[in-house]
Amino acid sequence: MTAFLAIVARDIRLAIGRGGGIGTALGFYLIVVSLIPLGLGPDINLLARIAPGVLWVALLLSALLSADGIFAADEADGSLDILSMSALPLEAVTFAKMAAHWLSTALPLVLLTPLLGLLLNLEGAAYPTLLLSMLVGSPAVSAIGAVGAALTLRARKGGQLVALLVLPLYVPTLIFGVTSVEAAQTSPAGAAAPLLILAAISLASSALAPFAAAAALRARS
Amino acid sequence: MGAKLTFDGPFSVELSGLSQRRGTRMLFSSLDLSLPSGRALLLTGPNGSGKTTLLRTIAGFLKPLSGTVTLSGAGDEVDLPEKCHFIGHYNGLKASMTAEENLRFWQRVLASDHAGDARSVNDALIELNIEHLADIPAGYLSAGQQRRLALARLLLSPRPIWLMDEPTAALDDAGTRLVVALVDRHTAAGGLAILSTHLPLPVQRGTGFDMRDALREREEAVG
Repeated sequence: MTAFLAIVARDIRLAIGRGGGIGTALGFYLIVVSLIPLGLGPDINLLARIAPGVLWVALLLSALLSADGIFAADEADGSLDILSMSALPLEAVTFAKMAAHWLSTALPLVLLTPLLGLLLNLEGAAYPTLLLSMLVGSPAVSAIGAVGAALTLRARKGGQLVALLVLPLYVPTLIFGVTSVEAAQTSPAGAAAPLLILAAISLASSALAPFAAAAALRARS
Repeated sequence: MGAKLTFDGPFSVELSGLSQRRGTRMLFSSLDLSLPSGRALLLTGPNGSGKTTLLRTIAGFLKPLSGTVTLSGAGDEVDLPEKCHFIGHYNGLKASMTAEENLRFWQRVLASDHAGDARSVNDALIELNIEHLADIPAGYLSAGQQRRLALARLLLSPRPIWLMDEPTAALDDAGTRLVVALVDRHTAAGGLAILSTHLPLPVQRGTGFDMRDALREREEAVG
């Protein structure tokens, strides 16, 4: 447990610290969302209608931006080799790194969302469901991103490859995330089903991704 | 600390029928070696002769093409990698963390059973003569200082097998003597050290192994 927490704490520190990924991810999120009204013009009704989808897509892209680095830095400086010699199974190491990515990147993105909702004239009633769906769905984003990062570790331009591999796998998360917001607008109880499916996606990917990522890391040489 | 270090008793690392290749090139094949505890094995050979590959195979980073690496003696259930320290070409340091923070992290990861012991991190820094660098981010250290910091990791948790890939790279004369002293103390305490080196390191209880012999054995077997 000490080793697990040490990895989580170190990764969060490195992400938040100088040269970490968090600033880039938050900045990217902000810029992508601000570009949408500029591109679509000042039709506030249109913006309000597409806001949940735009925010979800932008969140996925921003989280992905830093996901390819989950293992890359540790691979480059030799840390990954040493981590694999710990008494901690490699599956637990990858889970720790996913958890750290979620805490240091996905969670801050979710917390920034209410502010960006203002830019898109998001309806007041939609905020709670949108935030809840992002909170519930974002663990899947980190988990699936980590598998992609592990698979492309040895590939040149791995970052671009991660996007191609992982974005299609984000489709279910995106669909149920946006559906839950739409369902809440017709009836508050309607959001329960998509949110539960979203929770299932997150739980399943968090449980399976450490094994997939560890297998990919073992096979990388 | 180190001098009092003893391990569960004599053990040995057995390489049997070990073969490995990189790409299409065979580096060694059907390599049989018995490495008893209390000894240091010095791997020599020209660049590309497979020293690093052999060390990485023993460490479990590379799956052997054929053959096995087994640990016999001390606690058979434990995976070999958990009994090893690995000093590779890369030092496993985070540039933005201080020397002390880097060591404390590795101590918590490698010695998972007992919580971070501030004293022994400090001791390791003193032992490697870098205690004055404790609060400096690792990125600001010179290559030799970073190497010493990586070597300090060996002292943080007692592990019976040290795998060292050119441990003296970037080190000055004093640093090289320090490596020899550390290895001597480790083997005296009953540990096993496997080093690849281009220098004639004057370690005690050392045996040399030229990687070209592994190749020659293969050619004889093929011929």
